[in-house]
Amino acid sequence: MTDSIVEYRGISKYFAGIRALQSVDFSCKLGSIHAVLGENGAGKSTLIKIMSGVLQPDAGEILLDGKPVSFSTPQSANEAGIVCMFQELSLVPDLSVAENISISHPPRRFGLIDRREQVRRAEELLARVRCEDVDPNAMVRELSLSRRQMVEIAKALGKSPKVLILDEATSALTSRDVQTVYDLLAELKAEGVASLFISHRMHEVDALCDTLSVFRNGQHIETFAKGEKTEREIVHLMIGREVEAQFPPKPPAPSLPDQGEPLLRVRGLSWQNRLNGIDLSVHGGEIVGLGGLDGQGQKELLLALFGVLRDVDGEVVIGGKKGIPSSPAAAKSAGTRLALVPEDRKTEGLMLGMSITDNLLASSFQRISREPFIDPVLSRKTVEEGISRLQIKTGSASDPVMTLSGGNQQKVVIAKWLMIDPDVVLLNDPTRGIDVGTKQEIYKLMRDLANAGKAVLFYSSDYAELIGCCDRVSVLYSGRVVAEKQGDEITEESLVAASLNIDVEAA
Amino acid sequence: MHKSTLKRYFSQNLGVVTASLLLIALYVTYNFMHPRGFSTAVAVQNTNEAAAIAFLAMAQTLPVLLGGLDLSVGAVMTLSNCVASVLVNGTPGEIVFGMLATLATGTAFGALNGCIVVYGRIQPIIATLATGAIAIGLALIVRPKPGGDVDGDLGWALTNSVWDFADTYELADGGDAWWLQPFVDIPVPFLLVVLVAVCVWVPFKRTVTGRTVYAIGSAEGAAFMSGLPIDRARIAAFTLGGFFASCGGLYLAIQTSSGNADLQQAGAYTLNSIAAVVLGGTSLLGGVGGAIASLVGAGILRVISFYFRILDIDPLLQPLIEGMVLLVAVSFGAIRTIRVKNKLDLFR
Repeated sequence: MTDSIVEYRGISKYFAGIRALQSVDFSCKLGSIHAVLGENGAGKSTLIKIMSGVLQPDAGEILLDGKPVSFSTPQSANEAGIVCMFQELSLVPDLSVAENISISHPPRRFGLIDRREQVRRAEELLARVRCEDVDPNAMVRELSLSRRQMVEIAKALGKSPKVLILDEATSALTSRDVQTVYDLLAELKAEGVASLFISHRMHEVDALCDTLSVFRNGQHIETFAKGEKTEREIVHLMIGREVEAQFPPKPPAPSLPDQGEPLLRVRGLSWQNRLNGIDLSVHGGEIVGLGGLDGQGQKELLLALFGVLRDVDGEVVIGGKKGIPSSPAAAKSAGTRLALVPEDRKTEGLMLGMSITDNLLASSFQRISREPFIDPVLSRKTVEEGISRLQIKTGSASDPVMTLSGGNQQKVVIAKWLMIDPDVVLLNDPTRGIDVGTKQEIYKLMRDLANAGKAVLFYSSDYAELIGCCDRVSVLYSGRVVAEKQGDEITEESLVAASLNIDVEAA
Repeated sequence: MHKSTLKRYFSQNLGVVTASLLLIALYVTYNFMHPRGFSTAVAVQNTNEAAAIAFLAMAQTLPVLLGGLDLSVGAVMTLSNCVASVLVNGTPGEIVFGMLATLATGTAFGALNGCIVVYGRIQPIIATLATGAIAIGLALIVRPKPGGDVDGDLGWALTNSVWDFADTYELADGGDAWWLQPFVDIPVPFLLVVLVAVCVWVPFKRTVTGRTVYAIGSAEGAAFMSGLPIDRARIAAFTLGGFFASCGGLYLAIQTSSGNADLQQAGAYTLNSIAAVVLGGTSLLGGVGGAIASLVGAGILRVISFYFRILDIDPLLQPLIEGMVLLVAVSFGAIRTIRVKNKLDLFR
């Protein structure tokens, strides 16, 4: 392995005595696109955080170009040519795009920052990631999540990396941008840059990478070239056990007219210019998927139903009662209760610093109180039920929720909402950034809820999930439902065609 | 399409633009109502009263941009004031040394604040509450009783118009040189504040350290991950705050030709500096705003108090009315939350 740019030798890292990485030997070659796979908590994040100077290893050494190095800060890693794009974006919202792109090494004139040069440089880099539509003088705060991610990529490129680390870099991107990133990585590969790529989307890994490494429980399991193993074998390596059927079986498609009044009916729902007359219904006992490209109004629809948006027009009937709930508090306590598993679990789903117990109970204090006090016995019982129902892996329920892995954090969010015994469950991309095992548990849970007569409305950016989980799928395109598929009509082809708003049969 | 530069400036700086318009409207109206309005004498008097709070507002801006508060700015001003009252006199050389020593005192104290916050890992609000008390204590040692003998010529020259300045030091033909004529009516304190702002704040904002201050207040995690010099920026912010506070103290000493270790005055200045920063449109959450905006805020705060004199309002009512005006003014900042269509945006 003479051409390896970065090499780990026996790297170990512990957090409060818990092993995150154990004697890991790992290397990454120049001019390769290297995928790192593993369940959440497998040690992938720790691996890249050590490489990028955020964490220091407890044992072992890192070689860069054959020379031992140690990075005490992200800055020193950057200077050595290792640039990391983190899942949690590293952009400063109150600075402009141009300022963010050259934040650590701005162009200077007479010792002061040269703004004109800075804007020029930003334009150049934005053009390279095909984001000419982004105004370099706009505040990052004003941009959508997908645009921010592209700015983040432009910023990383600006540091002319030798090793580029992408941690779930495409999770918020539109398909067009994903293609741009693919092209870009191919270009970088030709220039001899090593890219480390972390993703939970198998087809992405398949399309992009030439080398794959699997991690499990803090250990490096195996590294192999693409094509050496089947998808099934890779998944097996990741979870260490054989996977059964990925999705729980669906009930036979019911004939719609017999089902009676739906639990949730939406007609002509409009908001700003993001929702333009959505028609939709969800019956008790079924899972309805929201499909389409990112940013076609799926998230806004769920927020609108949960009472988060102001000035929403259109007719909504929930459990026979007309009207949109005025707030999340109203939505969860109406006659027909709504629950929303939000997009961003770290800010909207959880209070990270508070205990698992407090987070689990946050939505259901009314149910466990004897006014005006919270009943400690009842609350302990409720928490235990929630933890066992979703099989949340915790040390103690009094630990802060941030000590859990991503998948278990998401389980806490879901368990919290199940405690109010909701009639309509809204899920906003609940499996984003979550390991395979937890994903399957969430699929099963959704089916169990439907079987118990609940209405489930489920947005996912992953077509395979929509195909595997949903009884019906409504595909959104610029704020409208452009297609409704059910049963066998739900295929990857039909969903992709509908999300591009083209008619395959006609074409 | 990209927005035009001017349009973008207004939309991104709505707070300070509104505050500036308010200040201009208030001050012009005041001059119309004043029997000797639009005269050099009135301008000189007004700027004299506003200079110290203007410096303090700039001092407070930096910690606020970081997302914190500095409760010691008034005390550092008082300490510098007392040091100046002892040192700023004698030969011209001694006077210059005294002024530099005064500024160095405040700057060093600011640096101390910064080091305590960074290396002691103590929240700014509580660290500066403690160091503020220490500063007052030191001030009382330097000057147990109010008094002092600051150089009289200097006092006269710096607290009047440009003509008086030139006249005092016999510069530019005693102020009668033709090239000085367009400027003779400008009050010197106004020039001093502008000079400090332009020579210190404006360049600072364009350094990496200055930008890091904004980045920390806006998203500290992102600032760290971007490899910015976080500790250096924190210390620099408090140091610069100390410098501005000492400018205020020095000016106060020159203006009153004395020093006074007055605890109440220090506290009042600290609170007013926070009010000025907020009025200027700087966010208490950090990351948005600037020292120029705070100067505008300080101006508004002072102009309101000028109105009490010409309107003959009972001085006893002054705190009540000032409080209400402040409340109304900061409420403008809350108007945006009514227009927000996605309630989640309120928490971001």
